Amino acid sequence: MKRWRIARQINGWLFLLPAIAFLTLFTYWPALKTLVEGFYSTARPRRPAHFIGIDQYRQLIDDPVFWQALSNNAWYALVSIPVATGIALVMAIWVNDRVPGRALARMAYFTPTVLPMIAVANIWLFFYTPQYGLLEQVVSIFGGPPHNWLGSSSSALAAVTIVAIWKEAGFFMIFYLAALQQISPVLAEAAALEGASRWQFFRRVQFPLLMPTTLFVLINAIINAFRTVDHIIVMTRGGPDNSTMLLLYYVYQVGFSFWDTGYAAALTMVLLALLAAVSLVQYGWLDRRVHYR
Amino acid sequence: MSALASRSPYAPKAGGLVAEAAASWLLAIFWILPLLYAVWTAFHPAEFSTRFELAAPLTLDNFRRAWAAAPFARYFLNSVLLVALVFGAQVILCTLAAYAFARHEFFGKGIAFALVLLQLMIMPDVLIVENYRTMGTLGILDSIPAIALPYVASAFGIFLLRQTFKTVPKELDDAARLEGANDLQVLLKVYVPLAKPVYVAYGLVSISYHWNNFLWPLIVTNSVESRPVTVGLQVFSSGDQGVDWAIISAATLMTSAPLLIAFLVFQRQFVQSFMRAGIR
Repeated sequence: MKRWRIARQINGWLFLLPAIAFLTLFTYWPALKTLVEGFYSTARPRRPAHFIGIDQYRQLIDDPVFWQALSNNAWYALVSIPVATGIALVMAIWVNDRVPGRALARMAYFTPTVLPMIAVANIWLFFYTPQYGLLEQVVSIFGGPPHNWLGSSSSALAAVTIVAIWKEAGFFMIFYLAALQQISPVLAEAAALEGASRWQFFRRVQFPLLMPTTLFVLINAIINAFRTVDHIIVMTRGGPDNSTMLLLYYVYQVGFSFWDTGYAAALTMVLLALLAAVSLVQYGWLDRRVHYR
Repeated sequence: MSALASRSPYAPKAGGLVAEAAASWLLAIFWILPLLYAVWTAFHPAEFSTRFELAAPLTLDNFRRAWAAAPFARYFLNSVLLVALVFGAQVILCTLAAYAFARHEFFGKGIAFALVLLQLMIMPDVLIVENYRTMGTLGILDSIPAIALPYVASAFGIFLLRQTFKTVPKELDDAARLEGANDLQVLLKVYVPLAKPVYVAYGLVSISYHWNNFLWPLIVTNSVESRPVTVGLQVFSSGDQGVDWAIISAATLMTSAPLLIAFLVFQRQFVQSFMRAGIR
């Protein structure tokens, strides 16, 4: 019996080994390497990398583009996440109620989710085109002044935020839809007997029961807000005047246009720290405050 | 389920139902409008790209010209190879690791599991600079394996399959062992067949993700021989095509077509897969 148990132990590790090897090579090692690189200068042809302590981080604090990227990313997340989640909830409620044509509506809501972000960006780029784009045509019908939505720093960030909302709301809708369908119909009957209005039923019964779904959607949305920059590459390249610069796009630019890998490492660490904070909030704080069945 | 829902006292009635239906249609039309606009542009001659006339002639010419202007056939082949490689490797690695976590006791299991879950947070999408360097060291820059490798050990896949394997009755496992099956045979004969729907769900999610993935492939590829369609589309539309929206729209739809058509045909499976893979 004991020998059998040892064999199971060894088998356990053997089964795990391939996955751990790949995770080490392409996740843990690069993450540790990033941490170390952040304390070194970028290697140049005649000047190999040398230890410079926290100089990269000092540069970061003095870098206005970094701060702009950070505040843009915060704005992008704080606007796109509540709006996408709210729209997703409304979509789910409408599709869940037996309105006629709901299958078509669900399809329309969900379709952007299966498109590549790069295709979505191309579609919206055309939609936003000055003079010819559909948006401009609609605006001019109503007598609005022409506006270069992606070309002016006042509206570019809002324009790419709308694209993110459009892409994600349908995805979040299906989680709400699944959760709504799991709510027992007995609860609705009980609430009706008590004379609750539809709003009260939503506010006091449905919404609290949807909290775990909301948490799941929020965490996903936050992570996506920091790791998806495909549309920035296609639509604005961070411009005009860095008005659509997001953190990961800045990492990409510093790392692969300026080839300043040391500084890119410091920027990546900021990104990783933000993602770590999100998980800590998820596991530590929100988990306890969310109502679970 | 639907019969019960119709009896819900809060289901909208009469006027409310009409208002709600109208609102949901309005949002649906608004939601699908940018895509319809691209479809219109792609299927009409360039002079109708921004003019909406019912009499505008339909054409496939934009697709023909886009197909001829860039090596899209090769890009499609690359993307197919890429998603096959990623998903094939994911199935093998994640199945083995999930089996270890679900049905083996071994030293350091808790720590190992926590380390695996760490990848849900520290994603390869963010570690682009270091992973690029690693690919350079390995000498495989600008190749399809270079795009695939950072994603093959997926924490998400391991977690999903572990949850599934844990629901398999222990009696089935014991029975197979009594009949003389070894550890690996038990996995292949008992666990894997029972988890088939989860593999399908994971497959749809993984294939959609990697067919659509863009930033990492953009960084790590540099030639026609290794570019997936997303990067090919970007190279094509940011090149000398300039502002020929008819052709760019055609190319955009072309690259999205496999997933879009699969989605329209297998809607239920897609939605359920995304749901199954998301709810934990």
